Amino acid sequence: MALLTCQDLSLGYEGHEILSHLSFEVNKKDYLCIVGENGSGKTTLMKTILGLQSPMGGSITMGDGLKQTEIGYLPQQTVVQRDFPASVREIVLSGCQNRCGLRPFYNKEEKQLAEENMERLGLTSLKKRCYRELSGGQQQRVLLARALCATQKILLLDEPVSGLDPKVTQEMYHLIEELNKKDGITIIMISHDIEAAVRYADHILHIGKTVFFGKTEGYLKSEAAYGFMRGDGIA
Amino acid sequence: MTEVFGKIVLYWQYPFVRYALIVGVLIALCSSLLGVTLVLKRFSFIGDGLSHVAFGAIAIATVLDLTNKMPLVMVITILCAVLLLRMGQNTKVKGDAAIAMVSVGALGIGYLIMNIYSTSSNLSGDVCSTLFGSTSILTLTQTEVWICVVLSVVVVAVFILFYHKIFSVTFDENFAKATGTNADAYNLLIAVVIAVIIVLAMNLVGSLLISALVIFPALSAMRVFKNFKSVTYCSAILSVSCALLGILISIVGETPVGSTIVAVDIAVFALFCLIGMFRGGVKA
Ligand SMILES: Nc1ncnc2c1ncn2[C@@H]1O[C@H](COP(=O)(O)OP(=O)(O)OP(=O)(O)O)[C@@H](O)[C@H]1O
Ligand SMILES: [Mg+2]
Repeated sequence: MALLTCQDLSLGYEGHEILSHLSFEVNKKDYLCIVGENGSGKTTLMKTILGLQSPMGGSITMGDGLKQTEIGYLPQQTVVQRDFPASVREIVLSGCQNRCGLRPFYNKEEKQLAEENMERLGLTSLKKRCYRELSGGQQQRVLLARALCATQKILLLDEPVSGLDPKVTQEMYHLIEELNKKDGITIIMISHDIEAAVRYADHILHIGKTVFFGKTEGYLKSEAAYGFMRGDGIA
Repeated sequence: MTEVFGKIVLYWQYPFVRYALIVGVLIALCSSLLGVTLVLKRFSFIGDGLSHVAFGAIAIATVLDLTNKMPLVMVITILCAVLLLRMGQNTKVKGDAAIAMVSVGALGIGYLIMNIYSTSSNLSGDVCSTLFGSTSILTLTQTEVWICVVLSVVVVAVFILFYHKIFSVTFDENFAKATGTNADAYNLLIAVVIAVIIVLAMNLVGSLLISALVIFPALSAMRVFKNFKSVTYCSAILSVSCALLGILISIVGETPVGSTIVAVDIAVFALFCLIGMFRGGVKA
């Protein structure tokens, strides 16, 4: 059974439908990129998959014994209130929350995991700093480190490289690839970087006026890709 | 100076003063713990609304002539906390408006009930002490002291046990939910704990000044510290010291306890604003 199956899914807000009749599935160790124009509903789709909002129709099934607590998530935007006093370390560590269950405190392994992920994303020197006082790219890295702490099986990323400099962007892509290939973590990523998407991902879901779901090789030959990659697909 | 000291020593011999200090310190500790969460989540409105609900509940308890008002007040306030939380989550009814409705309604009805049914000769005195807690801390019975102590211990224990979860839910509720933390349950827990704290704090500062007791220490701490843990520790320490100082000043100077504590809190807030400015350069 697939890790995640979406069947005839419709989504939207308050009675207003954005996308309908969407069907696709994600298997273990897949690397799926979701592409599409601004406002086509990518973030909405991801939130629906995560259970943050309910679908207007159709179903989402998690298979292979995937539990909600084994998911890592990087939001597109996190609205953190002004003045929220939180250090980088506290935030990254909060990614381990889903491993704790009802246990009140983090254990050694979890703290170690947080340290490793901060190291991985070059945050070690910032770990005592206040999150609100970091730059946009630094904040993005903190949230990614948190997502890495949370995941054991599947990682959902909503535009992980937006706001990162070219060097860190490349490192980020390598890191995600490594997580996918070496650690066997399933990746679902929303991206506007179509070139990187077709280079790294093995499956593409294109949503918008034309919908495409399938292997990357197939996508490159499809109509959806033709308009989109040339740029005239952007209305 | 020795005169002031002598006065304190003299008063210390009275049990009600000792009770007041013990209970005051515990309540101050509890109320500071959730301050940050309250400030940062929309829950600050709930806190404010609940204090008015608690006033209404006291009115009912007074009219019923209960010897021990706290259990009834506690039940009503907790129920309202759950109700307000539900309303706040409902996107159709605007949460803030609902809270304003409930809180002002409770205040109005409470005063009305007291006016109609109260047999007390000193009605405005009763109302005033419920609103501003002018004497209630000094007139606690031994049972009430014990209830306060037990509840405070429970609140502190719950806070320590759920500290990390409260942090996650306060910082980023969506992430917590998406990764399988039962955010709704923790929101409910936070609301119930806030209700308990408010009923406790009514004894110390009265219902109108509760928000000040809850929010000022957290705001002061946030001026200077930038991580959750330090802010939590700092606001706990500030709250306890301000309460102690406030109670002592009010004993010596014969001022109302609640407003004196709040005045001390405000003074400390001003001080911490200054410290914050010097530390981090001038910021908006
Ligand atoms: N909270 C909301 N309430 C109502 N409508 C919304 C809400 N959030 C988004 N929308 C609408 O839903 C549509 C899809 O939004 P969504 O955020 O999913 O797009 P997206 O594909 O992620 O775009 P982007 O590439 O800019 O991130 C948009 O037309 C948007 O206006
Ligand atoms: Mg989006």
